[in-house]
Amino acid sequence: MPRQHFRSFHYAAPATFYPLAGRLQPLFMALAVVLAAIGLWIGLLVAPTDAQQGEGYRIIFVHVPASWMSMFIYCVMAFWAAVGLAFNIRLAAMMASALAPTGALFAALSLLTGALWGKPMWGTWWVWDARLTSELILFFLYIGFIALQSAIDDPRRADKAGAILALVGVVNVPIIYFSVRWWNTLHQGASVSMTQSPSMARTMLWAMLVMALAFWMYSIAVALARVRNIILERERQTEWVRHAMA
Amino acid sequence: MPWHSVGEFFAMGGYAPYVWGSFGACALAMSVEPWLLRHRRRQILRSLQRQRVADGVSVSWSPAHLESPR
Repeated sequence: MPRQHFRSFHYAAPATFYPLAGRLQPLFMALAVVLAAIGLWIGLLVAPTDAQQGEGYRIIFVHVPASWMSMFIYCVMAFWAAVGLAFNIRLAAMMASALAPTGALFAALSLLTGALWGKPMWGTWWVWDARLTSELILFFLYIGFIALQSAIDDPRRADKAGAILALVGVVNVPIIYFSVRWWNTLHQGASVSMTQSPSMARTMLWAMLVMALAFWMYSIAVALARVRNIILERERQTEWVRHAMA
Repeated sequence: MPWHSVGEFFAMGGYAPYVWGSFGACALAMSVEPWLLRHRRRQILRSLQRQRVADGVSVSWSPAHLESPR
């Protein structure tokens, strides 16, 4: 039994995780490319024109996946930050740091594609309403996390400070998600709801879900690539990096 | 297929700048990020190599060794 226990922590060591991440990364990137090709095909060439928004609605196929990923990545980042903080596992903290820039990127893309959608449909690039404002706060949380970590020289202290910020900020995620229900907002309601049958055509829904899956696989691929960089940088003085030659 | 011609497809029913702007921004961001990561990786490997040379280790060593599963 103790041996089994030891086994489960095998990949928690950066030295063992580094080659594993290297093998998985191209796999997830390939999946992302294939799924994106299928999603774009359905979304741009199969899905019908929307009755209300014409062709402008097609922004949904990048806007919703980017927005979902910006929230989901934050949750995963907070999870790894918590694990790193609670069990003092370096790799978990490195995973949190590796996710932040990609989460920030998706938050920015969500805001940008949202503005490009808002202009023709609402007549404005931006409104200070609950959904948009809470997403902007999410973007700032990512930026704050990155800035805080880069401002602290000692990596272990940077991990701890970042983890606390990530955990405090996690309250913002349900606020974003439920904002369209809690407040009056210009933003339309949830695209996919657990309690109602989808309000859009089946092909539209499929295109959106496949694109979301593509964005998800992409996020895993880039997070793995980034965590490998972080491992190499932080472990550069260790024996295994110095003697990484076979 | 909702389109009757290629021109119609690219016009996106008059929403071309918004639709293609959104898709273009995502495509650009999601190409630049992996490229930056690869670039950073090469930088790190080069500096690791320099460090080894500075350490006086004269074995033939190339960053490629970090590729192989240990």
